[in-house]
Amino acid sequence: MIVLSPLRKFTFPVNAECINPDVFQGKDIAEIGKLPLFEGNKQKKLGELFKIEEDNQDTPSITIDGDISEVRRIGMGMKSGEILINGNVGMHLGEKMSGGKITVNGNVAQWAGSSMKKGSIEIHGNASDYLASPYRGSTEGMKGGRIIVDGDVGADSGAYMRGGLIKIKGSNTGQFLGFHMGNGTIHVEKNASTRLGANMTGGKIIVSGTVDELMPSFTIDSVKAKVKVDEAESAAGPFYVFLGDLAEKGTGKIFVSKANNPNLKSYEKFL
Amino acid sequence: MPEVIIKNGFVFDPLNGINGEKMDISIKNGKIVEKVTHKAKVIDATGLTVMPGGVDIHTHIAGGEVNTGRMVRPEDHVKDTVTKTAMTRSGTGYSIPSTFVTGYRYSQMGYTTVMNPSMAPLEAKHTHEELNDIPLLDKATYPLIGDWWFVLEYLKKGDLKECARHVAWMMEITKGYAIKIVNPGGLESWGFGHNVHSIDDVVPNFCITPREIMVGLAKVNEMLNLPHSIHLHTNNLGLPGNYSTTLETMKALETVPYHGKPVAHITHLQFSSFGGDSWGNFKSAAEEVANYINTHNHMTFDMGQIIFTDTTTMTADGPFEYTLYQLSGHKWVNSDVETETSGGIIPFHYKKNNAVNATQWSIGLELALLIKDPWKMMMTTDHPNAGPFSFYPRILAWLTSKDARMATLKNCHKKAQKNSLLPSIDREITLYELAIMTRAAQAKALGLKNKGHLGVGADADVAIFNINPETTDIARKYKTARKAFKNAAYTIKDGQIVVKDGEVVGKADGRTMWLNVETTEPCRIDDEMKNKFRQYWTVDYENYPVSDHYVKVKDPITIKASV
Repeated sequence: MIVLSPLRKFTFPVNAECINPDVFQGKDIAEIGKLPLFEGNKQKKLGELFKIEEDNQDTPSITIDGDISEVRRIGMGMKSGEILINGNVGMHLGEKMSGGKITVNGNVAQWAGSSMKKGSIEIHGNASDYLASPYRGSTEGMKGGRIIVDGDVGADSGAYMRGGLIKIKGSNTGQFLGFHMGNGTIHVEKNASTRLGANMTGGKIIVSGTVDELMPSFTIDSVKAKVKVDEAESAAGPFYVFLGDLAEKGTGKIFVSKANNPNLKSYEKFL
Repeated sequence: MPEVIIKNGFVFDPLNGINGEKMDISIKNGKIVEKVTHKAKVIDATGLTVMPGGVDIHTHIAGGEVNTGRMVRPEDHVKDTVTKTAMTRSGTGYSIPSTFVTGYRYSQMGYTTVMNPSMAPLEAKHTHEELNDIPLLDKATYPLIGDWWFVLEYLKKGDLKECARHVAWMMEITKGYAIKIVNPGGLESWGFGHNVHSIDDVVPNFCITPREIMVGLAKVNEMLNLPHSIHLHTNNLGLPGNYSTTLETMKALETVPYHGKPVAHITHLQFSSFGGDSWGNFKSAAEEVANYINTHNHMTFDMGQIIFTDTTTMTADGPFEYTLYQLSGHKWVNSDVETETSGGIIPFHYKKNNAVNATQWSIGLELALLIKDPWKMMMTTDHPNAGPFSFYPRILAWLTSKDARMATLKNCHKKAQKNSLLPSIDREITLYELAIMTRAAQAKALGLKNKGHLGVGADADVAIFNINPETTDIARKYKTARKAFKNAAYTIKDGQIVVKDGEVVGKADGRTMWLNVETTEPCRIDDEMKNKFRQYWTVDYENYPVSDHYVKVKDPITIKASV
């Protein structure tokens, strides 16, 4: 299995679509070293930027050790295999991936898991803005798979989501979580910020902690004791259930913990 | 300029009646000539198909709405980036390619002349700046005149002569080539949030009907002897059941005197041939429309063929774009261009598994195949409205091969499959007819005397494709044909080889054509007119015209009008 480590600190963005288990499949170290990538506007070879080693142990298909926060598009479009990153990583990690697994022991930059279809990403650190969201202007959001973040996430995460699950365990999320989502589930284990679920037309967002504010275009529907997160797991409530976004004639649901949000008690009179 | 001789190709030149004969084409000084000296560069076209350079009568490639379309679609560019080569500049492609990529991709498919069909007069300067930046192609642009206030006023007064002089002036100051009419009356109404729903609805504030606008401008077109006819986008375009409006429009235009030259060109006919009365019972009315066209000769048409892909719709028909917005909920750009026209942009994904989209796809092909005379029906996608122009080879395959059509149809929505007429149509377009639909008919309808043919004196715009009509049956080997049309073996522009084996190998700036119409009396430009500019336009009369220096390579065409 392949172990990569950066030979120096990168000051320019490195676009490394080639760091992908499907691409490495069946190539020896010399061939992998020749794979092309761009550093800034200069075309380079993978071997010029990374030390490439092979260990014969039962490790993930690709392991990257070191800080690669300027390296973008790792695992883009990957269909199988596993990538382990010990360090911080740059933008577009696992963009459009349709299988396999990526684990990061560090923080990830914007657009991680953007438009992903299948597979899983585990982030043992914080995620930046646009987690799982499509590129600017696109409406092709996350269609399936799982993203689990141990830390916080940035703004506009889960935008245009159409399926799959995002679990956020950190204490904060950015604004506009689940913007325009149509399906799928976002589970915030702690607190969520404002403009939650703006423009959502379907799907569900579960907040087990507090919410800063709910958009006025959501209406209270009921109170539920618990809610299903996925086949195996459900979150314990009770939860206020809000429907919206009415501005989009949406039927999305936001579940907000009743115990942690006494400020929402005034909604109960509309039940 | 060096001499070139293209030897032994199978030549398809419908305007000169040449159907696949083996012959040589000689080129000197950018023109086709009788013969050249032995020093001429030889292009061996043995076993290849030689055609005149392609002509596209309707493709949105420049101007305000095209550029706004680019701005609102970053996701469209990111999936198709084009890197520079020693010969070409970088850019982005897909549904609204950047200017340079537009030139390269057309040229790679053997096209040499393209027409930008929709230019708000106020945005003429911008349009010409973009046209200047499109390499390898000759081009021209049509100003939108159908809802222009002065024209509406003259037509209302019944003063056709003064209207004609005004239109002549408009052609000169916008550097335009033909009269473009979009949803006549509807665009003016859209400024007030309304639309017209038949050709006899009255336009608010002007007390004029779409019928009067179309017929009036068709007569004006004739008085001015313009090379092209009026270029018409019909009322109710894109709405179920609109074929009856289209038939009425065609009947209304029968009242314009016909002297052998078509009086109007209805563009993207597919969007105007919808049956049913709602999206639920939406169906094709291609048969009704084609039957009418087969028995009448006063008009020409182009397809507006749907391509199953993610594209960007953009038209001056603002109210129609609003309908699309209500259907798709996608991001929408809306504009009302002062006193001139309106506009709208919506990204749209045509899908095989959508009954309406799949039926639309079928309508385009049904029309092209049911209209018997290829000189009447030209091949376009109304780029980028029904699909990007880079998909033309796919349409050529569908036209020439029943296998290709059926292979696509079998993946379409069940309802569309059931209602499609395509299984019952056996016609397969020949290479000769294809040369008509993609070059000859378009040049003829546009009145471009030096384009679309390979006779002596024509511009040396030639496309050579890697198809041997003696050994390859394009109806069966449609994938081979598709590849050949995608990557021309050679494209020659003004006698210079600009594309070889699908790669751009030459640099050339195309010319921009426009009309200088000489009228017996000049257009009336009085204080009243200048005052109106001051009152209703953001640009003063003095700053309005596009002066000659805006156009990089100038090719004005002088026309003598009869008024």
